[in-house]
Amino acid sequence: MKHITRKATRHVNQNEGLIFEKSSPGKAAWKLPPLDVPEVDTAQLLGSFERKNLGNLPEVSEIEIIRHFTRLSTWNYAIDLGMYPLGSCTMKYNPRVNEVVSRFDGLANAHPYQPEKISQGALRIIRTLSECLIEITGMDAITLQPAAGAHGEMTGLLLVRAYQQSKGHPRKRILIPDSAHGTNPATAAMVGYAVENLKSNAQGMVDVGALAAQMNEDVAALMLTNPNTLGVFEQDIHKIADIMHAKGGLLYMDGANMNALVGKVRPGDFGVDLMHLNLHKTFSTPHGGGGPGSGPVAVKKMLEPFLPAPVLMTKADGTLGFDYDRPQSVGRVRAFYGNFGMFVRALAYTLANGPEGLRQTTEDAVLNANYIRKGLEGAYDLPYSTPSMHEVVFSDKIQAKKGVRTMDIAKRLIDYGFHPYTTAFPLIVSGALMIEPTESESKEEMDLFIEAMRFIAEEVEEDPQMVLSAPHSTRVSRLDEVAAARKPVLRWKPS
Amino acid sequence: MRYLPKSPADREALLRAIGARSIDDLFASIPPEYKLNRNLKVPRQMAESEIVDWFRERSRENGDGYATFLGAGAYHHYRPVIIDSLISRGEFLTAYTPYQAEISQGTLQSTFEFQTMICELTGMEVANASMYDGSTAAAEAVMMAVRLTGRRSVAVARSLHPEYREVLATYGRHQQMPMTPVGFAENCRVDMKALEQAITAETACVLIQSPNFFGTIEGVAAVADLVHKQGALLVVSIAEAVSLGIVEPPRQADIIAMEAQSFGVPLGFGGPYCGVIATREQFVRQMPGRLAGQTTDRNGKRGFVLTLATREQHIRREKATSNICTNQALVALMVNIFMTIYGKVGLRELAKQNLAKTAYAAQQFSKHAQVLFGDAPRFNEFVVQTSESPQAINSRILGHKIVGGLPLKKFYPELGNAALWCCTEMTTRTAIDTAVGLVAESEGSARPGAETDVEEVTR
Repeated sequence: MKHITRKATRHVNQNEGLIFEKSSPGKAAWKLPPLDVPEVDTAQLLGSFERKNLGNLPEVSEIEIIRHFTRLSTWNYAIDLGMYPLGSCTMKYNPRVNEVVSRFDGLANAHPYQPEKISQGALRIIRTLSECLIEITGMDAITLQPAAGAHGEMTGLLLVRAYQQSKGHPRKRILIPDSAHGTNPATAAMVGYAVENLKSNAQGMVDVGALAAQMNEDVAALMLTNPNTLGVFEQDIHKIADIMHAKGGLLYMDGANMNALVGKVRPGDFGVDLMHLNLHKTFSTPHGGGGPGSGPVAVKKMLEPFLPAPVLMTKADGTLGFDYDRPQSVGRVRAFYGNFGMFVRALAYTLANGPEGLRQTTEDAVLNANYIRKGLEGAYDLPYSTPSMHEVVFSDKIQAKKGVRTMDIAKRLIDYGFHPYTTAFPLIVSGALMIEPTESESKEEMDLFIEAMRFIAEEVEEDPQMVLSAPHSTRVSRLDEVAAARKPVLRWKPS
Repeated sequence: MRYLPKSPADREALLRAIGARSIDDLFASIPPEYKLNRNLKVPRQMAESEIVDWFRERSRENGDGYATFLGAGAYHHYRPVIIDSLISRGEFLTAYTPYQAEISQGTLQSTFEFQTMICELTGMEVANASMYDGSTAAAEAVMMAVRLTGRRSVAVARSLHPEYREVLATYGRHQQMPMTPVGFAENCRVDMKALEQAITAETACVLIQSPNFFGTIEGVAAVADLVHKQGALLVVSIAEAVSLGIVEPPRQADIIAMEAQSFGVPLGFGGPYCGVIATREQFVRQMPGRLAGQTTDRNGKRGFVLTLATREQHIRREKATSNICTNQALVALMVNIFMTIYGKVGLRELAKQNLAKTAYAAQQFSKHAQVLFGDAPRFNEFVVQTSESPQAINSRILGHKIVGGLPLKKFYPELGNAALWCCTEMTTRTAIDTAVGLVAESEGSARPGAETDVEEVTR
C-alpha cells in the first residue's frame, strides 16, 4: 500500500466456526428453578402432539456462547468504530442512555394488554413523543403503529386511499420520482395503486412542468422525498404542492431525510399532507444490523379519522387510554401499538437535545455533508451541482475510465478503515457514490475520510488493480454473490 | 449538545473551508417563507440524569412489579442476562444491514445460524432473517401463498389472534383477496366441516394458528389433508414459540408465519418483536424479507452474504415480493442467542415447565369456574368462564399486584364472561393460588366437571 492508512491498523482477529460445530451432548448454558407445582406426564397431556426431538439445536456452555457472539461481533464494522457514511441511511451516534431507559423494568416488562390504569407511564411516553413529532413535522396528528419506514409508507398510502375514497373515488395512480427509494413503488403496488414514474430535471429535482402535465384526477398522490435522494431540497415545493392540491391529489413526503430539516423547516408548513418518519434514522434509535425500526406517520387534520386503530386519547378522568372506536380507520397495520421500545429511545434522544440541540444537530449534519463535498470535488465527478443538504452524491465517471466502479472504490475504502458510502443509488446517477456523514462526525474523522477517498482516486490512476481487488485487509475477500444466489445455501446441515 | 463532536472553532473552520459566510448560507435553498424562525416547542434540553429520572418515573407508573397471567400473543418468559450483554456490543447494535459483506460477517453468520435454528424448530427447509412481527408475518405469508397459487381467496380461522386477523384484513383490503372466516368447534379446534365448505377451487390458502389464540393445539395434519386436497396451501401462525420445545411443529404446513418474541425478547408493551417466515425450499423465491446465504470468497474461504435480493424492493421496485426493507435484525439476534442458550435439551425442559404450571393452574381454576375447551391438548393458555365479569374479577386481583386473564368478550362476544389465562415458567404457584382464591370469592366452591386429570398437589 503506497499510502499510509492513518485510520486503521490490522490486528489479530479470532476465527470462529458455526455454533453447531461446537455442540456436544451434555453441555448446557441454562438452568431452570425447581418446579413449585407437580410434574406432568407430557405423553398423557399431549398424546401424539408431543415433540420428542429438537433436531440439531446446539448444546453449548455459557462461556462458549459469550465467545462465539463476541468473536462474531468483532467481524462487523459499526458506528461505534468510526464514520459510517451510508447515504440515506443516517448512521448517526446511538446514545447509550436510550438503551438504559428502555430497559427499566416497568417499560421492558409491560404487557401490551395490561390494564390502562397501570400503563399510564407507557401511554405518557407515547403521548409526549407524539406531541414532539407533530411539532417537529408541523402536522396535526400521528400514528406510531408502523414498524419501519416502508411500513409507514404502506400506512400512508392506505390513508391516501381512504381519503380519496371518502371524496368519491380512490383514484388509480401514485406519482413517484425516478430518484425515489425502491420501497416507494413497492409500497404503491401493495396498496393496489399503479406506479407512474416522474422524471427528474437537469438539476435532479422534480420537473414541475412534467408534473403539471402528468397530474390529473386519476392520480391519488405524489410520493416525494425531500430533501430528495441527491440530498437536494426541492425548491419548488410550494408549486409542487399547489399542482397536486389543485387536482385533488395529496402530497406524501418520504421522511427518510428529515434529519436535514428538523428545527429549520417543517413539512406541514410547506404543503405536505402526510409523511412518515424513520425513528432509526433521524431520531437515533440503533439500526442493529438491519432493524428494528419504527415508522410513525404524521398527517394533516383531514386525514386523522382514517388513522390506524387504536388511537391514543385523553379520557374524561384525565388519564390516557386507547380509542378503538374509529369507524373510518384504515384498520390495524400491526398487532399491539408499534415498536414501543423505539419510542422510548427516540423520546430520550429528543429530550437530550431540546429545541437548540435538535437545530444544531441538523445544522451540523448539513455542514458536514458540505465539507465532504468540498473536500472531494475534483477528485470525483459531481453530476449535479445543486446545493447539498445532509448528503452529497458523486459519480464514478472519472474512475470508470480506468475500469473502476463505485463498488470497487467502496471496497477499497474498507481497507482505509471506513464503512463504504451507499453505492449505485439513486438510480438517476450512473455509478453513484452517495455520502452522508451525519452530525456525529468530527472534523478529524472527516479529514481522514477525505484523505482516504483522495488516496483511492490516486490509486485508480496509478494502480487500478489495487482498487479492483479490494478489500485486502478483511477476514474474507470479495464474496461470490452470484454463486450464493444460483445455488442458495440458506441453512447449516450436519455433514 | 453532548452528542455533537465539534467546537465552535471547528464549525468556523468548516464554514471557511466550504466558502460559506454562515450556516444560513447552507440552508439558502429552503424558500425563506417556510423557514422556522423560532425554537421548536419540545421540552427543554435535559441532562442525562434528568432523562433517567423522567423515564424511571414513567416506569414506576407502568405496572412495575406486577405478576401477570396475560399471554395472547405476548409472553412473559425469563430472559438470560447474556442476551443483553451480547446485543449491547456496539458492533451488533450500531451496524447497518449487512450489504457490505466483508465487514458484516458477524451479523451475517449469526443470521445464518438463526435461519438454521428456525428451520430445525419449525420443520421447514428455509427461514428468512425476520419480519416486523407475528401479525405482519402472517399477512405476508398469505400474500406469498396468493402469488404461489395464482388464486386469491383466503380462509382464516377465527381462532387466529384477533389482531392478526385485523392486520391481515388491512393488508388484503386492496389486493382483491376475499376472506372467509372459519369458526372453531366444541373442542376449540378449527371446525372441519366449516373449513371444508370454506375451501373452493379459488382458495389460495388456509390460515390457522397453533397453538391457537385459546392455547389449543390444532390437528394440523388433518387440516393439511383437507387443504391440500383442494390444491390450496396451508399457512400456520405460531405466536408462542416456546411451544415448539414440546409440541410437534406443524410440519405439514406449506408456510409458517411465526412470532418469536417468547425467545428472549422483552414484552416491551408490544414491541419491537420478531416475526419470521419459514417455508419449503421450492417456495423460497416468493418469500419476502432478507436471507443470508453461504458462499466463498476469492480464496475459497467460507463466508456469508445477503442473497436472492432480486425478490426485494431495492432491485425489483413495484414488482418486489414485498415492500419490506428494515426488519428486526437485532431482535432476531436476541432470539438467536436465546435458542443457543436453551438449545436441544433446555428448550424442551423450559416448555415442560410451562405445561406443568398451566396444567396446575387449569386444574385449580376448574374447581371454582368452568375451564372451557378441555378436550384437545393445550400448551400454556386456557379459557376460564366465570359468572362474574372478568373485569370485576381482574380489578380485585389487581389489588394484589397481579394482572388477571384477558377478557375475551371484545373479540368473541359469544364467549360472554370468558377470559384467556396464561402461565409460563415465570408464574409462581403462589400467584396461581392467589388468583384462584379471588376467582372463588365470586364463583363459590367446587363445580361439577372439574378437571381431574392432574394429580392433586400435596404441599
